[in-house]
Amino acid sequence: MDRTVFFDEMNTDGFQVRKPYENYNDWLSKQTAKELSRKNRQAEELFRLAGITFNVYGRSEAKERLIPFDIIPRIISGSEWNRLCRGLRQRVGAINAFLYDIYHSQEIIKAGRIPRQMVSNNKAFLPQMLRHTPPGSIYTHISGIDLVRTGNDDFYVLEDNVRTPSGVSYMLENRETMLHMFPELFTKNKVQPVENYPSDLLRTLISSAPDGSDGTPTVAVLTPGIYNSAYYEHAFLADHMGVELVEASDLSVVDGNVAMRTIRGYKKIDVLYRRVDDAYLDPLNFKPDSQLGLPGLFDIYKSGRITIANAPGTGIADDKSIYSFMPEIIEFYTGEPMLLKNVPTWRCSDTDSLHYVLSNLSNLVVKEVHGSGGYGMLVGPAASKKELAQFEAKLRAKPDNYIAQPTLSLSTVPTLAKSGLAPRHVDLRPFVLMAPDKIKITSGGLTRVALKKGSLVVNSSQGGGTKDTWVLEE
Amino acid sequence: MGFGRVMLGKTANGLYWMCRYLERAETTARLVHTAYRISLTRSNNLQEQWVSVMKTAGMDDLFRAHNGNSVVDNSINWMLRSSRNPSSVLSSVSQARSNARLVRTALTAIVWAAINRAFIDIKQKLSRRVSERNLPEVLELISDRIRSINGAIEGTMLRNEIFNFMRLGTFIERADSTARIIDVRYYVLLPSLNAVGSSLDNVQWDIILRSISAKGGFRMEYGSSAGAREITEFLVLKKTMPRSLNFCVSKLRQNLHYLQTEQAKHTPAFQKAIQIEENYMGFTTEALFKFGLHEYIQKIIASLIDLSSQIEADFRFHN
Repeated sequence: MDRTVFFDEMNTDGFQVRKPYENYNDWLSKQTAKELSRKNRQAEELFRLAGITFNVYGRSEAKERLIPFDIIPRIISGSEWNRLCRGLRQRVGAINAFLYDIYHSQEIIKAGRIPRQMVSNNKAFLPQMLRHTPPGSIYTHISGIDLVRTGNDDFYVLEDNVRTPSGVSYMLENRETMLHMFPELFTKNKVQPVENYPSDLLRTLISSAPDGSDGTPTVAVLTPGIYNSAYYEHAFLADHMGVELVEASDLSVVDGNVAMRTIRGYKKIDVLYRRVDDAYLDPLNFKPDSQLGLPGLFDIYKSGRITIANAPGTGIADDKSIYSFMPEIIEFYTGEPMLLKNVPTWRCSDTDSLHYVLSNLSNLVVKEVHGSGGYGMLVGPAASKKELAQFEAKLRAKPDNYIAQPTLSLSTVPTLAKSGLAPRHVDLRPFVLMAPDKIKITSGGLTRVALKKGSLVVNSSQGGGTKDTWVLEE
Repeated sequence: MGFGRVMLGKTANGLYWMCRYLERAETTARLVHTAYRISLTRSNNLQEQWVSVMKTAGMDDLFRAHNGNSVVDNSINWMLRSSRNPSSVLSSVSQARSNARLVRTALTAIVWAAINRAFIDIKQKLSRRVSERNLPEVLELISDRIRSINGAIEGTMLRNEIFNFMRLGTFIERADSTARIIDVRYYVLLPSLNAVGSSLDNVQWDIILRSISAKGGFRMEYGSSAGAREITEFLVLKKTMPRSLNFCVSKLRQNLHYLQTEQAKHTPAFQKAIQIEENYMGFTTEALFKFGLHEYIQKIIASLIDLSSQIEADFRFHN
């Protein structure tokens, strides 16, 4: 691999500090290495005692682990952020319009902008959702859009997450930790707050309640349970919104409504913020062996008596092969060119693309169309000969399952490593809330950082950590 | 709960069991402390003392099944850290924490952090075999962490239904353990056996009082020359003693009364608590011995089990 020069968000060319980091750098230059590592240990202790953990799948015993937290913040200027927000609004608005269209008259297919089989053969397409209009026509109440940066003005969308995106509790806890440990930094830097996220989320959910819910709608968070990798976050959000955290065993169908078992009998739920995948929501309508859902939930949903957020069937929009059509999708529904760039993507289902991918495997990143969490993915430049050969076989066997992208030179941010401060690659997941009347974006997001030197994989399940993300006032 | 919220049955169940397990961890640790203390100063038959303490905790059969005859060292570890012993301190604390995670949204951040910290520290301390030499330090850490949880609960939890379910768990478990401690040794409290020359030197009495954290309180209340009759009165009927059966039952009744008022309908559990109080707590000590201490305690244990199932049914813990 060529020796690539990466864009460092703090020290552009090694000696000049970029503007958003100037204030912070003044402070940082006065800290000793010893003091910084002491603070880092203190932060870890705070996370450990607060029980901010995630469970790792694929281990014999469900183990709780801490996601490493790095105390050096990632800083974005107000004007950079505003530009990103325009792109995010456009993108999320178009995704919601796309979902409405796909589950109604499918104009985009009729117009020939997307091949029919991209939708009809897609595992994430839910035919049961056809001709159903969710309350307020909102499908994607909560989106997490993964962005990467490669240069001063170059942001790319790496993927859209519009099923049940997670990580927002880390955005909030990271900020709390920083406020607790470095109060002096927040008087010197005007950092926009993130703490309103739970109340914004609650407002979004309430405003998406079905018509005719009497009084204040009852909202509940549906979790698969305490062994789920994101259980901490489910409890965190329910706690901060002041609503109940329910599991399937708490739910029942009572008088044609979804209701939860309380100490005084059953109480109707109007809006269910579910953190359970589509397939597990309702054993009568989807996976029959699911223990995580409520039999009949989907029928009640279709009768319009409950809102499910996000709506079932949104997976069709964040699928990695649909991703490559995002420029067409955005233009089709907004009439505008796409503001945030897409990473060039080869769909391996296409014979020419497959040929190209196979002959350039060592320079590409290959991903499963339905994969997530960094599993089942190949980073060509970092792979061994054996791994490349194995992947080649997989690609030939099931080309439809894969897409490929060039290896991006992800930007770096200084990070506290054993040897002191060192540049490490980062990405950014902002969270977008969509209510019938408006789109709200919290000024910040989750910055994930690949802690291993040179690594481009930021997923927490693959040894990634997180940073506090500062969006400065303009 | 505020804003028209009504607690989930599952949450009530989790709160109740969280506190039962916390109380159980504390009781088990105290029993280990008692056995250890007695073995240092009193007894020439160590084996017997340990086995009898485990009998108090209802752990003796399971212990024998797993450990055979090597008693002293094994019993410390069995009671403190064995994962095969569901009532060991470590099992109880991790059950308490699991329940706390389940009801995380009902707890204050401070209570959750105290429970999480207790679990992390106790688990770490108990990750290796405990020897007699480091036992005092281990026991001190356990009791310190549990006291911190109780302090956090006392100082930060609203006095609402959430608190009521926590108290029900605490006092059911406490009443049950006091009753069982008496039950295992009821014969040493019978007046006929100890008519002459009894004093607190009696090692069996010493064990009972220490097992219930009652030694200092007893001395304060009765002086040091009192005997079996007074001990029985103190542990069963004394209203000022926070681990007496009478005290626990009256707390159960109070909390159930509050819950019934909130529920705005008749709950059988409250009626049952009143019955236990009326039928058994109005005794004089004389009447109690006349009734038969053993039978009396057996009846209490059975009524507590019945009350616990009634609470689970009334408040829809499971369905």
